[in-house]
Amino acid sequence: MSRANQFKIDWITVILFLLLVLFGWVNIVSASAYGEINSLLDFSTPYGKHLLFIIISVFLIILILSIEAKFFERFSSIIYLASLLSLIGLFLFGKNINGATSWYSFGSMTLQPSEFAKAATALAVAKYISDLQTNIKEFNHQWRLFLIILVPALLILLQNDAGSTIVYGAFFFVFYREGLPNIYLTIIVFLILVALSTLKFGSLGTILVAASLIFGFHFIIKKKKESLLKPLSLILVTVLLSFGVKFFYQNILKPHQQNRISLWLRLEKDPDKLEQMKRTILYNLNESEKAISSGGFSGKGFMEGTRTTGKFVPEQDTDYIFSTVGEEWGFVGSSLVVLVFVLLLVRILFLAEQQKSQFSRVYGYCVASILFFHFFINTGMVMGLIPTVGIPLPFFSRGGSGLWGFTILLFIFIKLDANKINEW
Amino acid sequence: MRKLLLVSLIIISGLVYISRLFYLQIYTGTTYNLYEDNAIRKVFDYPKRGNVYDRNNKLLVANQPSYDVMIIPREVEPLDTLEFCSLLKISKETFIKTYNKAKNYSPRLPSVFISHLSKEDYAVLQEKMRKYDGFYIQKRSLRDYQTTIGANVLGDIGEVSTALINKNPYYKMGDLIGKQGVELSYENTLRGVKGVKFIQKDRFNRDIGPYKNGKFDTIAQPGKDVTITIDAKLQEYGELLMKHKRGGIVAIEPSSGEILAMVSAPTYNPNILVGRDRSKNFTKLYNDSTALPLFDRGLQAMYPPGSPFKTLNALIGLHEGVVSTDDTFSCSLGYRYGNRKMGCHHHKSPANMNLGIYESCNAYFANIYRRIMDKYDSPAEAMDIWSNHIKSFGLGDYLNNDLSVGQPGKVPTAKTYNSAYGEKKWYTTFTLSNAIGQGEVLATPIQLANMAAAIGNRGYYYTPHIVKNIKGETIDSKFTTQKQTTIDKQHFEPVVQGMFDVYNKGTAKNLQVKDIDICGKTGTAENFAIIDGKKQQLTDHSIFVAFAPKDNPEIAIAVFVENGYWGSRFAGRIASLMIEKYIKGSISRTDLESWILNHTLQHEYEKPYSNKPFKINGETEILTVDQYKEKKRKEALMNIALQVNDTLKK
Repeated sequence: MSRANQFKIDWITVILFLLLVLFGWVNIVSASAYGEINSLLDFSTPYGKHLLFIIISVFLIILILSIEAKFFERFSSIIYLASLLSLIGLFLFGKNINGATSWYSFGSMTLQPSEFAKAATALAVAKYISDLQTNIKEFNHQWRLFLIILVPALLILLQNDAGSTIVYGAFFFVFYREGLPNIYLTIIVFLILVALSTLKFGSLGTILVAASLIFGFHFIIKKKKESLLKPLSLILVTVLLSFGVKFFYQNILKPHQQNRISLWLRLEKDPDKLEQMKRTILYNLNESEKAISSGGFSGKGFMEGTRTTGKFVPEQDTDYIFSTVGEEWGFVGSSLVVLVFVLLLVRILFLAEQQKSQFSRVYGYCVASILFFHFFINTGMVMGLIPTVGIPLPFFSRGGSGLWGFTILLFIFIKLDANKINEW
Repeated sequence: MRKLLLVSLIIISGLVYISRLFYLQIYTGTTYNLYEDNAIRKVFDYPKRGNVYDRNNKLLVANQPSYDVMIIPREVEPLDTLEFCSLLKISKETFIKTYNKAKNYSPRLPSVFISHLSKEDYAVLQEKMRKYDGFYIQKRSLRDYQTTIGANVLGDIGEVSTALINKNPYYKMGDLIGKQGVELSYENTLRGVKGVKFIQKDRFNRDIGPYKNGKFDTIAQPGKDVTITIDAKLQEYGELLMKHKRGGIVAIEPSSGEILAMVSAPTYNPNILVGRDRSKNFTKLYNDSTALPLFDRGLQAMYPPGSPFKTLNALIGLHEGVVSTDDTFSCSLGYRYGNRKMGCHHHKSPANMNLGIYESCNAYFANIYRRIMDKYDSPAEAMDIWSNHIKSFGLGDYLNNDLSVGQPGKVPTAKTYNSAYGEKKWYTTFTLSNAIGQGEVLATPIQLANMAAAIGNRGYYYTPHIVKNIKGETIDSKFTTQKQTTIDKQHFEPVVQGMFDVYNKGTAKNLQVKDIDICGKTGTAENFAIIDGKKQQLTDHSIFVAFAPKDNPEIAIAVFVENGYWGSRFAGRIASLMIEKYIKGSISRTDLESWILNHTLQHEYEKPYSNKPFKINGETEILTVDQYKEKKRKEALMNIALQVNDTLKK
C-alpha cells in the first residue's frame, strides 16, 4: 500500500457527529410523530424519511472518504462555480416553500442548493487564501475574497432566505484567523455597538456618547498636539452610521424583522402592544421557551412531552427541534447537546490548527465557523436570547439537504485531516 | 492570539447557553403539574351527589337532572331561527340578544344559552339538536328538595368561590359545593369524588387523544347518602308554629344527643335556592337585614338565658353543699343588697328550693348564689369554680358538633371581671345577675336544649349532632361518648322535681299535657336595640326550656321567641305543643295550638323601624293574624289618604 493511500480518521469527531445525528433523530421521531408509532422505517412519515436521509448520508460519507484528498483542493473552483450555477438556476426552476424560493423539486423530493453552497464556498475560500500569491493584508486581495462569499450570499438573499445569508458572516472568523487586518474587527465591533446603541437609546444619545468618548480618548490619552481631523472624521462616521442603521431598521427591514429586533431589545414599551406582539410574532418563541422550561431538570422523557405531542411549537422538528430536547430530556439532555456541540467545534479547531497544508487549515476553520454560527444562532433563538432567525441546527434538524450539506462540509475536512500524514 | 478569538467565543457561548438552560429549566421551572399543563384538557365527570334522609328514612333531598342549551358562537352556522326559537319557546329578539351576549363573553368558549329546560322541552329538542351547529345540550345535576321545610338544616349548594379554589385544589371553577347546613358540613361525604379524563390537545386546541392512553384517568365515585337525626314531621310542625314570629327551637333526644328539630324563624322554602332563580333569591334573603332569614337563630342567636339558668345555680348550690333543699329564704318582692334591689313577683314566702324553682323566685337564687360565692376565700376563686360547673353543661363554648354554624355563647370567669374592674376590686354583688341568668351570661337555644337534656339525664349529655347514619361509615365517636357534668347525680332529683312543679303548680300550670310528665322552666330576657344612636329597650324575649317525660326523657327542648314577652306566653306554649307532637304524634291541646297559630308578633318587629315612639312589654297589644292584617290594611289606606292629601295641597 502506497503512503498516499494511507489515512487516519479522527474518530472523536466522527463519534461526536454520530451522537448529534442519532440523538437528533430520536427527537425528530418525538416531534413529528402523530399518535402511535407503527414502524420506525415507515418512509411516509417525516421521521422515517429522515432515517432514510441518514442512511443516504452514510453513503455520502463513504464516497467522500474514498475520493482522493487532493481532489477537493484541485476542483474547488469548479465545485464553487457549479454551486453558484445551482443557486442561479433557482430563479428559473425553483420551488417556493414558506416564502423562500430555495428548493429544487424532484417529484416528492426537494433539494436546497444553499445548504451545499456553504461547503462549496468554504472550499473556494480555502483555495484562494492558501494560494501562494494571495496576501490577505492587501486590499486588492481582500475584496476578491469578499466577493467569493458575497456572490452566493447575495443570490441566497434574493431568494428571500435572509437566515441562510447571515451564515456567510461566519467566514469573517476565517479571514481574521488568516491575517485580515485588525481594523476590520474594530469596524465590525464598532458597527455592532453603534447599531445596538442607536436602536436602544436613539441616534442623538449614541452620537453624544460616542463623541465624548472619542474626544476624551483624543485629549487625555493621546497627545494634544495631534490634529483634530481624525477624531472629527470618526465622529462624522458615527453620525452617518447611526442614521444609516436607523434608516435600515425603519425602511429596509420588513415589519416582522423589525418586530423581532424590537422584542429582542425590549424597545416596545406599550404593554398592550407588547402583549399582542407576544401572542402573534413571538408565539413561536413563547411556546418554545415554555416547552423548554417545562422540561425541568430531567425532562418528561421520550415521547412524553405534552407540548411536543400537542405540536405546540411550530417547526419543532426543524428549526425549533431544540425545544423538544428541552422538554423531553430536561436540563440534563439539553445542556449535554450544548456540550457536545462545543466539544465538536473545539475539536475541529484543534485539528485545523494542526494541519500542515494551509488549504486544510483554512477549510477546517471554515467548517468550525459555519457550524458555530448555526449552533449559536439556532439554540440562542430557541432559548430566547437572540432574535428569531430561521436556520437549522446542524445534524439535528429534520431535512435531507441540511443534513447532507453539513455532512459533506464536515467529512471533507475529516478526509483532509486524515490525509495530513501524507503532507509534508 | 488570532487563533483564540473563535475558540473563546465557542466556549463562552456554550457556558452562556447552559446558564440560560439552567435559568429556564431549574431556576424558574416549577414542579410539573398535569392539572396546570394547558396542553392537556381536563374533562371532569361529576358523580351523583348523595341523598339526605330524615331519621324515619323519609327522603328530604335528592337530585334532579337539569338541561341547559349551550352555545359556542364561533361554531354557529346559519340556521332556521324561526323554528329554533319556537322549539326553545323564545322570541327572536331574545335569541339575538342572548347570542350577542355569548359572543361578547367569548366566541370560542361555551356559554349557557337557555338554562334549566323542562323535561318535556328537552325531549323534543334533543332529537332536533343535531341540525343546529354550535348548540348542544348539557346535562347538569341540581338538588331536588322533596320538602318545603328545613332550609336552615339542609342548606343548599352553589358555585364554589375563587378563594376556596385557591385553598383546595380539588375544586375547579364552576364546581358546586355545599354552602350551608348539612350540604356544607357533610360536603365531602355527599359530593363523592369526581372523575377526570386527561386529553392531549394540539396548538389549535383540538383533542388528539387520551393522554398516555388514559393512565392517569380516574373514575368518579358517587356521593354517599346521609341520614340525619331530624324528625321531618316535628321540624315541619315547629316551623308552622313559628310562623309570624321570630326565634328558634331546638329539640334534642337526651339519650343520644340527636337533634330532632332545629327551627329558625323566619325561614324560607329551600326550593327557591335551586335553578334559574337561585342568585336572585339568595340576594334577596341575604339583603334582608331586619328579618335575617339566613341567620340560624337556633344556633347563632346568643341571648341571656334568663330564669332557666337558675336550675344550674340550684344544682351548684347542692353540689357545693352550701344549701339543702329545705333551706328557706324570704322574699319580699325582691332581694335587697346595699341600697339596691333585685325585683321579684308576688308569691308565697319564704321559699324552699322547690318553691324557688317553680315560682322562679329571684330572691331565693340571689341567696344561693351568694352562698356559693362566699364559700371560698375570694370571689375570684369562687367565680372560677362556679364557671367550671356551668361550662360542664356545654355552655360558654362551641359545642364542637357537625353543624355548619354556631356561637360559643358566654360564661364569665374571674378573668372577665378582673379585666372589667381590676383584680380584687369586685365583689359578689357585682356579679349577682348571674344568679338569675341575666348579666354576663349568654347562651344559644341549642346550648339551652342541651342543658335541659343534661338535667333530664341527671348529669350527662351527648354532644348534640345532626348525623344519624352514613352508608358504609361509622359516625364520629365524639357523638357517642357521654359527657359528664361536674354535678353529682343525686343532686338532680330535687331540681327535676322543681321543674316538674313548674307545670304542676308554677309558671307553666296552664300548659300541661295529659299523660305526659313534662319538666320545664320559663324565662324572659330583657333586650335592647340601638335606634337612631340611642339604646332602647324592646319587649322581652320569651324563653322556655323543657324535657319530657320526667324519667327517661325522650325529648329536651329550648324555645326562644323574640319579643314574645313572658316565658309561658309564646315559648312555653310552643314547647308543650312540640313535646306532645313528638311523644304522642297528635295534639290534644288544640286550644294552645290555635292560639299560637292565630297570633302574630309582626307588629312588634316593625315597631323599632316605624320612626314612631313605641311601648314595650305589658303596655303592648297582642294581635291575631287577622287583626294584624286589618291593621296593615288600615295603615295602607291611611298612607294613600295622606299622599292624596299631600298632592291636593300642592
